[in-house]
Amino acid sequence: MMIEKAIVNSTKTNQLTLVQAVTDGLRTMMEEDERVLVLGEDVGKNGGVFRATEGLQKQFGEDRVIDTPLSEAGIVGTSIGLAVNGFKPVVEIQFLGFIYPAYEQIMTHVSRIRMRTMGSFTVPMVIRAPYGAGIRAPEIHSDSVEALFTHMPGIKVVCPSSAYDAKGLLIAAIEDPDPVLFMESMRIYRASREAVPEGKYTVEIGKGKKLQDGNDVTLIAWGAMVSVALRAAEQAKKQGITCDVIDLRTLYPIDKDIITESVQKTGRAVIVHEAHQTGGLGNDIISIINDTSFLYLKSPIERVTGFDVPVPFFSLEEQYLPTPERVMKAIEKVVHF
Amino acid sequence: MKLEFPILQIVDENGNLVNENYRKAITEELVKKFYYHMIRIRTFDRKAISLQRQGRLGTYAPFEGQEASQVGSALALEKDDWLFPTYRDHGAALTFGAGMSRIFLYWNGRLEGCVPEKGKKIFPPAVPIATQIPHAAGAALAEKRKGTKNAAIAYFGDGATSEGDFHEGLNFASVFKAPVVYFNQNNRFAISVPIEKQMNSETIAQKALAYNMPGFRIDGNDIFAVYFQVLEALKFARHGGGPTLIEAVTWRYGAHTTSDDPTKYRDQSESEVIRETRDPLLRVERYMKSNGIWEEEWVQKITNEIAAEVEQAVKEMENYPKPNVNDLFDHVFEKPTWTIAQQKEQYLQLIGREAR
Repeated sequence: MMIEKAIVNSTKTNQLTLVQAVTDGLRTMMEEDERVLVLGEDVGKNGGVFRATEGLQKQFGEDRVIDTPLSEAGIVGTSIGLAVNGFKPVVEIQFLGFIYPAYEQIMTHVSRIRMRTMGSFTVPMVIRAPYGAGIRAPEIHSDSVEALFTHMPGIKVVCPSSAYDAKGLLIAAIEDPDPVLFMESMRIYRASREAVPEGKYTVEIGKGKKLQDGNDVTLIAWGAMVSVALRAAEQAKKQGITCDVIDLRTLYPIDKDIITESVQKTGRAVIVHEAHQTGGLGNDIISIINDTSFLYLKSPIERVTGFDVPVPFFSLEEQYLPTPERVMKAIEKVVHF
Repeated sequence: MKLEFPILQIVDENGNLVNENYRKAITEELVKKFYYHMIRIRTFDRKAISLQRQGRLGTYAPFEGQEASQVGSALALEKDDWLFPTYRDHGAALTFGAGMSRIFLYWNGRLEGCVPEKGKKIFPPAVPIATQIPHAAGAALAEKRKGTKNAAIAYFGDGATSEGDFHEGLNFASVFKAPVVYFNQNNRFAISVPIEKQMNSETIAQKALAYNMPGFRIDGNDIFAVYFQVLEALKFARHGGGPTLIEAVTWRYGAHTTSDDPTKYRDQSESEVIRETRDPLLRVERYMKSNGIWEEEWVQKITNEIAAEVEQAVKEMENYPKPNVNDLFDHVFEKPTWTIAQQKEQYLQLIGREAR
């Protein structure tokens, strides 16, 4: 009977938005594993400011879906104690732009307790954080600082761009024996719906996804920038330029193979990210291409990114964010080099 | 809720019992245990400084002068409790059951120094200030959720009370009634900055009021006061009372670390006066003498035993297998990511060694 039920569950799907898929993933894992706890500001009764934890406190109780004080370092610090003592905290930081008080806890403890104790203590924790610009949010709410964490040894960084991936990656993150920063793009939280299977499935951390095949240019993006890259690829097609479009999905460790395979085919690459350029993840991707595919390149690699300025107030955010037009310019540049 | 925080004593500087309520609880066995552990960690501490001076140990943070605070608090714990030390609390960790050679290894820059003895819930020492305070809240909360009677103790200094994590941790523990004891050793100096410049509050204990938790200020050089106050706080925690903040007023005789020169910022003659008047070991010695339980032979015996134990631990540290380069790469994640695996492979190739 159990097996039958599992089969039915795995074939049945629901049309969900990305944020609903996050909720579905949390619910799935909370049902499966009693050690999974959800902690954060407003995650309980209110169901989170984006409703990502909607209904979970009602289903699992106040002991497992915990409204915490407004205290990012406290949330992460306390969750370290919970994690080393047998629980699997899934922490919500209300906006990535508010993670900074917790940065010390993440840098000095979350990411290095395993190493410091040679595995005697581990921190299987997931830190979820909505991020990014483009929804006319008040200032600071729109930061996109993945590179602060991809630079940090000892934590994985994940950033889905679709509902299916969001659920599968979140479940993989919760099951991961090591800490994972799970970035959720606010701009695409409710942008579309797609079929999401019921029940448990995982998307492997560390694997990107090819969304579109082409021959001339490799476009690499993640989160909200994936749709920007796809729109640019559409424009390019009209000029007879075809693009491989890669959704990186995991920002650390980066899927080296999917990039290598594609760039060795196209010989050109454009990287799109909304974070600032200097020290941005685009540079690491360029390094990977240098290391693996230098002799295949037909042109220098282009980056289309946010500028080296703080994410602006929202009246200027459309100017700050990469657009399909800016990506198109970069495509033309690498093609006509 | 009380607004005054007088310094509580059970045995005064001269070794006199000043609180009759504890007369029955203070057995000869307990007093000897106090003395034994204090002289043990003092011997360790002096040895560590000497090893550092000889270049046989890395930078070391001494605690001499704070033995009553560290031993008294650690002896109050039950074996399944959690201990969250800072880099100056290895005296407490040793008393609670940390391996002595491991503590030496830690100060010699070895990862093995943070691996707790089997079954011992001793967290690696917090080096950033106050970060362990929320950790202890979380570990204690986990015990509460599991339905055990285990509690946690977190150590921190006076400087830590200025950090955000101190307040965030106490607030969390208070809101969730976590079974944790926040044990502050106020040695009145954060490296060079005196407590008067650290805070405008009269006491650290009074900060408990803000979190609606019991707060006590005790003579941190009176091991009797430390032991019984922590014992009471732990009992309160185990029975659902939640956290307690204890301020143990004490003094470090020496430097912040072996890289520091305290004469630059304070008159060290004060340390000498305290050593003669308020020394935690001297106080127990005086108590034992005035109660007729001081035996020179016993003191000689434990002194010799401890010296041998410390020598043995030094030998173990110095004979420990050399650091393994694989350990540089192998403990960051359960399974190394490709970047780490690749960097390891390339580096091992460079130095001409096989990966294990």
